[in-house]
Amino acid sequence: MKKFYFFLILFNIIFTSTTLAYSTNPKEFVFELVNDAITKLSDKNLTKEEKAQFIEDIALENVDIKALGMYTLGELRKSSEKKDIENYQIAFEKYFLKSLTSRLSDYSSSKFEIIETDKKSTNYTIVSSKVVPDDGKPEIKIDWRVYTKNPDKPLIRDLIVEGLSLARTQKEEFASILSSNNNDLNILISKLKEFIDN
Amino acid sequence: MDIKKFTFIAVLTIFISTTSVIKAEEECFEGVSRAIFKFNLAFDDIILEPIAKGYSKLPSPIKSGTNNFTSNISTLLSIPNSLFQGNIKQVGHATGSFVINTTVGILGFLNPAEKLGLKPHKEDVGQTLGSYGIGGGCYFVLPILGPTTVRDSVGLIADTMIDPFAHITLREHELLGVSGSSLDYYSVKGTTAVDFRSDNLTNFESLEKNSIDLYSSFKSIYLQDRENKISNSTGSDDSWGNLDN
Repeated sequence: MKKFYFFLILFNIIFTSTTLAYSTNPKEFVFELVNDAITKLSDKNLTKEEKAQFIEDIALENVDIKALGMYTLGELRKSSEKKDIENYQIAFEKYFLKSLTSRLSDYSSSKFEIIETDKKSTNYTIVSSKVVPDDGKPEIKIDWRVYTKNPDKPLIRDLIVEGLSLARTQKEEFASILSSNNNDLNILISKLKEFIDN
Repeated sequence: MDIKKFTFIAVLTIFISTTSVIKAEEECFEGVSRAIFKFNLAFDDIILEPIAKGYSKLPSPIKSGTNNFTSNISTLLSIPNSLFQGNIKQVGHATGSFVINTTVGILGFLNPAEKLGLKPHKEDVGQTLGSYGIGGGCYFVLPILGPTTVRDSVGLIADTMIDPFAHITLREHELLGVSGSSLDYYSVKGTTAVDFRSDNLTNFESLEKNSIDLYSSFKSIYLQDRENKISNSTGSDDSWGNLDN
C-alpha cells in the first residue's frame, strides 16, 4: 500500500505523450512510452491543459480501455443488456480519462528502468520495471500487463505496483457499488456520471 | 503458560477456525465498518494528516532516521514470525539486520545492514497464520487501526505477546538488561503511523479525489497487500485470462 501512489503516477506518466507509434515488442513498447511521457510531463513549456490532452490521446491509443471497462464490471458483463453495457462503456471511458487527467499534477521526476519480461501466454506479457524517484524515496517495482493478442498493436491493460493492481482495485470498488445496489448497472453508470460531472 | 493465557489462545483458535472459512472479501458487519471508516477519515483529517504534513517538512535525514529506527524495532517481531514460518533465511536476515543496525547503526537510526545485503521482510502473526493456510475470515475496520480481517485482528493481539519490544515496553519486563514503558510502545507505534502517513500524503489525497467508493478502494488495497505479504510475492492477478475481446 505504501507505494500504491506510484501506479497512479505511472498512469499519468504513460499517457502524457504525443500519439507516436511505439515498438511492437512489449518491453520496448513500455520503455519508449514511459520515457516519452516523462519527457513530455517534464516540459515546462506545456500548459496543464495541453498535458491533459496528451494524456487523453495516449490513453485512447495505448490502453485497452474497453477491455479494462469490461474487466472492472466483473461477471455482470455476461448478464447485462447490450444497451446497458454500451452506456457503461461510454461512461467508463470518460470516468477513466477524467480520473487520469486529475492526477496529472501528482507527477514527480523519476528514473525508469525495465527489469525483465515474462511472456505469460500469446495474449499477455508482463513487463517488470522499476521507478527510482529523484527525491531519494525508495524505488518502486511496477509490472505492466501488456495485451499482445494483436502482436502489431500491444495495449496496456493493467499496472501492478508493488503487487497492487489498478484494475483489480477498480473492479472491487465497482463490485461493492453493484452489490449494495442489487447489481443494477444503471446505478453504477449514474455514479460514474456523477464523478464525470463534478 | 498460565490458565488465562491458555484459555485466551484456545478461544482465539476456535474463533479463527470457525471464521476463516469465510472469504476475506465478505464483510463481517459492513454498516458498522463503514461508520468506523468515516470516523477514521475524520480522525485522519483532524489529527493524523496535519501531524504528517508537519512531519513531512522535516529534513530528510531526520525522516529517514526515524523510518530506520521504527523499522528496526519492527524487525524484532519479524524474527519469531520468520521462525514460525520456517523461513530460516529470513530469520538470519532479520536477526543480522537488527544486531547490526542497533549497534553499528546507532540504535537503528542508520541502516548499514541493507548495504550488507540484509533485507528482512516485515512479518507478523497474521502473515504467519496465513502461511499456515488459515484464511482471512471476514473483513472489517477497526477504530484508528483501520482495515483488518478476523485472522489479522487476532494476529494483531498475538503480535503483542510474541514481540520482544512489546514484552519490554507494554508488559514492562526486563530483557537483556533493557526495559521500557507502555508509553515507549505507543510512541513508536504512533511515530510509525505518522511516518507512513507522511510518505503517502499525495497518495491518500489522490485516492480520496478519484474513488467513487473510497471504503472499497481501501478494502481492495488492504486485501491485496496482505495476500502479497503472506505469499512474499508481488504476484499479478491472472483473472484477465478469460477476458479476450
